[in-house]
Amino acid sequence: MPPLLKMIGKRLLSALVLLWGVTVVTFLLVNVVPGDPAAANLSQQAYDDPEIRAAFEAKWGLDQPIWVQYVRYLGNILQGDLGTSQQTHRPVAEDLSQYVPATIEIALPAMALAIVVAVGLGMLAAMRKNRPTDTGIRSAALVGLSTPPFWLALVALYVFFYLLGWVPNGGRLSNIYDPPPAVTGMYTVDAAIAGQWDVFGDALWHLVLPVGILTALTVSGLLRFVRSAMIEVLDAEYIRSAIAKGLPRRIITWRHVFRAGLLPVLTVSGLMLASLLGGAVLVEQVLSWPGLGQYAYKSAISLDLQAILGVTLFIAVVYTLINLLVDVLYSVIDPRIGAK
Amino acid sequence: MTILPSDRVAVSRASRFRRDRLRVGGSLGTGSFWRPLTVVSLGIIVLWCLLAAFAPWVAPYDPLETVGDNLQPPSGAHWMGTDDLGRDVLSRLIWGSRLSLPLAVAIVACSLLVGGIVGLAAGYFGKAVDNVAMRLADLVLAFPQIILAMAVAAAFGPSVGNAVLALVIVSWPLYARIIRSSVLSVREQEYVVAGRLLGLPTLRSIVKDVIPNSAGPALVMSTIELGNAILMLAALSFLGLGPRPPAAEWGAMIALGSQNLGNWWVSLFPGLAILTIVMAFNLLGDAIQDHLDPRSRNARTR
Repeated sequence: MPPLLKMIGKRLLSALVLLWGVTVVTFLLVNVVPGDPAAANLSQQAYDDPEIRAAFEAKWGLDQPIWVQYVRYLGNILQGDLGTSQQTHRPVAEDLSQYVPATIEIALPAMALAIVVAVGLGMLAAMRKNRPTDTGIRSAALVGLSTPPFWLALVALYVFFYLLGWVPNGGRLSNIYDPPPAVTGMYTVDAAIAGQWDVFGDALWHLVLPVGILTALTVSGLLRFVRSAMIEVLDAEYIRSAIAKGLPRRIITWRHVFRAGLLPVLTVSGLMLASLLGGAVLVEQVLSWPGLGQYAYKSAISLDLQAILGVTLFIAVVYTLINLLVDVLYSVIDPRIGAK
Repeated sequence: MTILPSDRVAVSRASRFRRDRLRVGGSLGTGSFWRPLTVVSLGIIVLWCLLAAFAPWVAPYDPLETVGDNLQPPSGAHWMGTDDLGRDVLSRLIWGSRLSLPLAVAIVACSLLVGGIVGLAAGYFGKAVDNVAMRLADLVLAFPQIILAMAVAAAFGPSVGNAVLALVIVSWPLYARIIRSSVLSVREQEYVVAGRLLGLPTLRSIVKDVIPNSAGPALVMSTIELGNAILMLAALSFLGLGPRPPAAEWGAMIALGSQNLGNWWVSLFPGLAILTIVMAFNLLGDAIQDHLDPRSRNARTR
């Protein structure tokens, strides 16, 4: 078998094992940790009645041994059943399908923008090492890394909405517009498909602040890696020979330094995605953005366990799959890695 | 072959030499450690520690009592204004350090302990122990930190203890990995091998040779992680999964002000408190790392 395929197979296998482990963790958190589910779900009166309690436990299989419960749980998950939210009284999977597109709509552009900005700024900082430009860029990144994301969102909302009025006060659309016919669930895309350009513009306007904040947070995390990779490259012998043989600066910058700086971005992009999703949980809450983060927050404060763990499971699965993809991509780009 | 007493001395001298070189603070008096930024960040940390220690004497009011009208903007009587229950924001801010700082230290210490033991066992014994330990670490790292912390805190029920527990659960793998990798390299060092060949008991070898020589990188990371712990603790309590109200916790105070943007002072100052202390820990961690690992210093200041 070609080594690349073998490597992909190996990674896939370990990702599957990891995902199985993830279900064990969420199972333990939903079913074992909180103590007595009957007490949590039944009213006091019903709980005191032994017959009702026994019926409840029989219905949900709580009288079965723990491993039987786990197998049942795993079976449900594999069929896409993540339980029922106590808060919305709807299946968690259905809730997710509604909230996920909203998060994708801010997370994807933020990730893309962040990579562009971080590579640009990192290159600039590396080339102006220890000069004011570099110091300024690094200080800004340090502030970004040391700021609570939810506070940054609040400050941004205060400045750009409350004081300046440049952006709307959170949400996905102004009240005067109805959401466009759902195709992808992403309002900008759906509006464009339906040809409702005024709705598209409004949805885009609502994207500015959440995307901006998530981008800023992600750039702060990425910048250090890009900068130090670029500095290393700038010192490399092949750059020195390129300078020595008189290649134009522009070509050195874009063909050699730029390309070498992209690799570390890929390396840490899995990490960055985690912080982006984590940041989204906190930022969405402040900006009343009805995405995964706000759903998770609402479930967390009302201790709606099925919903929280549904979100957690979903995010862990997505995260693991993306890391798998990054791994594979990485060894395609840099064959030396796959050999290990 | 008989084992001469001098062999033992040589072994322990070798290990002591390594230990001195790696010990944090071993030679902080010289070199470029005391740059202005490092002094400032240390100053900020000391200041916050003093504020936390002397909060009852420094804070102008009781942090939990209504001491003025609701939602007064900053004034001479209330430098940082009052919140929605008429409590003094400055006093709550100062008392807040009594929660955030010790809890952050507790989170980092517990994670270091758990991660240290796991990483040590994984690195020293290798094979199955290593496999199981590292797969466990991978499993935890398969979740974005704050999201798993949120799920754990919610499952155990919101309280200070459970927030700390949740953050320890999501943080230990970082330490385990870092300690494992330094143990792996230390284990093969000649003085450790020599100790093993001389028949040092495993535990003694671990305590005497391995731990002191592999703790350095983890201790550096702990400094940076102190800031991270403060951030995550604030995030959990912002989400209502930390200390219960009316506790004066920075994240919860920010949440209080998010209801109405007009009352900017309610959220602004706790956020600044978090920002300053976390930034100080980040800068200090960087400075220690640069000092202990000249290679990374070169990469940064060259």
